[in-house]
Amino acid sequence: MTQLDWNRIAADPGFAELKRAKRRFIIPATIFFLVYYMALPVLVGFWPEMMKKPVLGKVNSAYLFALSQFIMTWVICWLYVRAARKWDIMNAELLKRLGH
Amino acid sequence: MFTFLAQATAPAASGFKFTPALGMFLAFVAVTLVITYFSARKATGSAAYFAAGRSIKGWQNGLAVAGDYMSAASFLGISGIICLSGYDGFMYSVGFLVAYLTVLLLVAEPLRNAGKYTMADLLAYRMNPRPVRAMASLSTLTVSTFYMIAQMVGAGGIIEKLIGIPFAPAVIGVGALMLVYVVFGGMLATTWVQIIKAMLLMCGAFALSWMVLAKFDFSLGRFFDAVAAADYAGSKAAKNLLDPGLKYGATLANPWGAWDFLSLALGLVLGTAGLPHILVRFYTVPDAKTARVSVVWATAIIGVFYILTTFFGFGAATILKQSLVASDITSAFIPLDAKGQLNGNMVAPTLALVLGGDMFYAFISAVAFATILAVVAGLTMSASTSFAHDFYTNVIHHGKPKTQGEEVRVARITAFVVGAVSISLAIQLGSSINAAMLVGLAFAVAASANLPVILFSVFWKRFNTAGAVSGLVVGLASSILLILLSKNGPWGWEAVVPGVAKPVKMGFFPLENPGIVSIPLGFLGAYFGTIFGKRDPEAEGKFAELSVRAETGLGSEKSGGH
Repeated sequence: MTQLDWNRIAADPGFAELKRAKRRFIIPATIFFLVYYMALPVLVGFWPEMMKKPVLGKVNSAYLFALSQFIMTWVICWLYVRAARKWDIMNAELLKRLGH
Repeated sequence: MFTFLAQATAPAASGFKFTPALGMFLAFVAVTLVITYFSARKATGSAAYFAAGRSIKGWQNGLAVAGDYMSAASFLGISGIICLSGYDGFMYSVGFLVAYLTVLLLVAEPLRNAGKYTMADLLAYRMNPRPVRAMASLSTLTVSTFYMIAQMVGAGGIIEKLIGIPFAPAVIGVGALMLVYVVFGGMLATTWVQIIKAMLLMCGAFALSWMVLAKFDFSLGRFFDAVAAADYAGSKAAKNLLDPGLKYGATLANPWGAWDFLSLALGLVLGTAGLPHILVRFYTVPDAKTARVSVVWATAIIGVFYILTTFFGFGAATILKQSLVASDITSAFIPLDAKGQLNGNMVAPTLALVLGGDMFYAFISAVAFATILAVVAGLTMSASTSFAHDFYTNVIHHGKPKTQGEEVRVARITAFVVGAVSISLAIQLGSSINAAMLVGLAFAVAASANLPVILFSVFWKRFNTAGAVSGLVVGLASSILLILLSKNGPWGWEAVVPGVAKPVKMGFFPLENPGIVSIPLGFLGAYFGTIFGKRDPEAEGKFAELSVRAETGLGSEKSGGH
């Protein structure tokens, strides 16, 4: 592989499409999980009284919100794997078309 | 080696006796030494030694990543901090897990596609390799050493308590064993040690949680009712451990508490993606797809484990007793450390003793030993790989090892040196240093120094050598400086605050966790270094190549390196 080959693939519309497809998922997903996650220490740290309210029996909203972070992580993980399957197919087609 | 260990302890070993815990630990050691023996026969050549021949399967690597992650700090530390500080300790569990989204979404696949053995490989693609590798290697060694000293200090204290071996020989014993795995077995042996340990640890965590829940007739309602009025089996006034703020709440004594909590959370979620001993694991699998699968496995395992910390962390506060009077303490009490403080690290083993009796205590203790041993081996492996591959081969010898196998030989020697240095530092520091502070430093340094340059290098075309070096330097220096300036650092002092009974620890920097300042500084350092540095047409020209490699996996390192 020469520099020219790399540039040729990089300039291919199929490659741009693959990159766009990845970013379309990764950027919003990253922003979402960082905001959702950082909301926990912000709410708990600055509005502790609200988060101390019991919701389910003695279990308060602080603990439930923390528990929801686990679910959130697994759901995003699953969505990522599902999306990545499509990228794998796009990637394989791109490389095949370009003869690699 | 064991005869050596026994000899070393014989004179001072008034407390030494052959316990079931020691027996189980020795069984674990025996099994792993057999694995090391077989790995050693395969560990010839760089790809085999540093990256296990890139032959590890996805689920296996997932377990190994989980094993590396569920360190002594996770198992012993988190259960202790939840038991003593309640909800605020549970933040560690949440942060440690969510951090894997950063790894999965942003780092794992590009890193596997574009790298060879270390994170510096990724940076060196486009940049001037020597300064970038030298700095990346320094930051890797710093993070690994702090992480390792924390584990060793914890290990020494626990072994001292559990089987009555004095602190120094205990640390030397752990260090020597870990060197055997690393020096002879390389990455393949340390990976299998992690896999076995991760399975044992999960079994232990499930069993412990089961026994706690059995106390409450498997009723979650009754369990949480008890946690909401936890009274340490009647030894303390009841308090609601589910309430946040017991450690980091804003109070007169700690007006910055909420900011400190925020800073801790930020360091946790961004730190993992910069931890060298986690990142090297992605080079042991055949391709990026397998790297992805292994992160998913790790996330599943680690998530379950951290949810279980609810039961054996919070649960411990309803079952174990607290007292600061040494003569009161019997088996149902949380033991004290050398300074007479409650030793949170001993919460999980003590809980095991109370709920499951001697044999279960022995099992949990052996798992704790195994955890420390395996994590320390993994850390040594990543530190010595970085030194041999980045510094020795690429900085000193401009990328060409002089003779066949030289890189591996240098790594083995480095492993020995790194091991010896951290053993002697751990012995020097004794058990007086705060292990949590050292792990916090490792996470903060990783997030501040390593993560910005990894991300910029993959996603920003204009990024150049000046930016990479200044990002690493600013992130590394600011995070270490802020920890030194905090109240835990050497210049902290105690002051009397109006309205607070006890003197309050103070520092020049008001937070214990530097992340909220040092992570943005790391990113800014990398950004401004790039902007003020000369434009680098070569680095920008290679961006196309790096992008194609990172996104498509074309030209990535293949498996079967032996």
